[in-house]
Amino acid sequence: MTTTIALVDGNNFYVSCERVFNPALECRPVVVLSNNDGCVVSRSNEAKALGIRMGVPFFEIRSFIKSHGLTWLSSNYALYGDMSARMMALLGEFAPRQEIYSIDECFLDFTGTPGKVRDHGRSIRRRVRQYLGITTCTGIGTSKTLAKLANHVAKTHRQYQGVFDWEQLSLLEQEALMDTLDVGEIWGIGRRLSPQLKAMSIHTVLDMKRANATLMRKRFSVLLQRTVAELNGESCMNLDDVAEPKSQILASRSFGRPVTALQELREAASSHIIRAAERLRSQHSSCSQVTVFMHTNRFRNNDPQYNPAILVPLTVATDDTRRLIAAAMSGLESIYRTGFRYKKIGVMLTGLQPVHAVQDDLFSTVEQPRATRLMSTMDRINRIYGMNTATFASAGIDQPWRMQTAQKSPRYTTSWNELPQAR
Amino acid sequence: MTYSSTPPRRSSPSRRIPIGVPLSPALNQTRQALPLGAGRVAAGFPSPATDHVEQRLDLSEYLVLHPEATFFLRVKGDSMTGAGIHHGDLLIVDRSLSPASGRVVVATLNGELTVKRLQRSRGKLTLKAENPAYPDLAVSDEHDFQIWGVVAHVVHTP
Repeated sequence: MTTTIALVDGNNFYVSCERVFNPALECRPVVVLSNNDGCVVSRSNEAKALGIRMGVPFFEIRSFIKSHGLTWLSSNYALYGDMSARMMALLGEFAPRQEIYSIDECFLDFTGTPGKVRDHGRSIRRRVRQYLGITTCTGIGTSKTLAKLANHVAKTHRQYQGVFDWEQLSLLEQEALMDTLDVGEIWGIGRRLSPQLKAMSIHTVLDMKRANATLMRKRFSVLLQRTVAELNGESCMNLDDVAEPKSQILASRSFGRPVTALQELREAASSHIIRAAERLRSQHSSCSQVTVFMHTNRFRNNDPQYNPAILVPLTVATDDTRRLIAAAMSGLESIYRTGFRYKKIGVMLTGLQPVHAVQDDLFSTVEQPRATRLMSTMDRINRIYGMNTATFASAGIDQPWRMQTAQKSPRYTTSWNELPQAR
Repeated sequence: MTYSSTPPRRSSPSRRIPIGVPLSPALNQTRQALPLGAGRVAAGFPSPATDHVEQRLDLSEYLVLHPEATFFLRVKGDSMTGAGIHHGDLLIVDRSLSPASGRVVVATLNGELTVKRLQRSRGKLTLKAENPAYPDLAVSDEHDFQIWGVVAHVVHTP
């Protein structure tokens, strides 16, 4: 049976979420900035039309506020997360299998379902638009790679009105269209690999489709070999409908202002560990390595730059926040140097394994069950009463280093005190 | 419909929720009722009620039929007092319902959200306030207008 896969995503997702509750943002250039108001992470069509690129630092486009009435917003992940959960629940009803790929996109496997998948794409568009006020695009193909590419076509070619299926074109037309698409548009190629491919005279999607798959494996990887097969309609990548436990957990944030003091770095690293450890326990894992890393601001050319990282191995794998904090603190103290203005600190938990597989060492004490109880009680308190109700003093109380979110909109759907108002 | 209730506050420490009870994994907005009998087991006689445990009534099950499409809004002003909708009331807006003539709706109008009664007659749409102090508003193409959702319920605290 031929595989039929759709990739559905919400257009300009963060900006669209903001517009649902703040209609004054319609029809004007709007951008949402990353954590700490650093770079552009979502743009309205009007902002795209101004030539604002994805990922540009905010200071480069600041002048558009005056010259073109650009509105900018800090990111509001409570809102986007809730709208995403709603959208994914709605999309999941359309197909027997769903893989949530990111906050604003998912694959739907329509293999073997009756009816035209394009019609489903149109129903999805109507439904999500009505229920959530968000416009979706759907790309359909016989492999994930083709579905992702079809989604790009649905977005960029107006005549398809947001829903495109390779099936609706003849083979000849498909190849003619592929010849107009840059090789960098292919899923997994991107900016890094496309120069290398272009050096081999592979410029368009069609060139890649006709490339020698074995050569791709030799020159690059088995992944690129699969990409070629997938462009030829052969489905090689399965839908991951069961979320695998993560093999590493990362928590990092930029500071609201440059940080120089060790104590503030300690607090920030502790608070990252607290979040990472909660995620670790929620997937029933423990970890055996803690990495601490930090950066200075690479955009400040006159500042001395220092970007250290250190991996701290643990003698026994653990999910106990207190032991993870202790490990992170010893790592931090050994890489900390005075005389630098730090921009960001982060922690990464690796060497993850299921909790029940942990090997005790000779020196471990019998406090383990008590620690487990303490951690699960804290997690529960925080789930019920909100984040950071019960926390660790090492994370600091005032947290003056916290990130700036100068223009964050209300948590319209997750806080009783911040509901949208109707006159 | 009008309900008397105090809106629950998620973070209020005075709300006692026993630790150890599973929480709803669903949307933050819909708190599920806790199953009876999930508490401690008495050491003495077994409760005669254990064979009759049923799910406690859950208000959001009654008020929120389409959780994905339902949003809560706060009323500002007194333009709808005639319909029993007062300043500070909670609107339960279900965007999956179709905005039939005569229903109370939330609409976007000139960049703001507004709650009014929708009237459709001879192809013309009117947003009617339910307070003589406010004029009816015939919406035309010049207005930046869209129906946002249908008000399914109003929660009022007397």
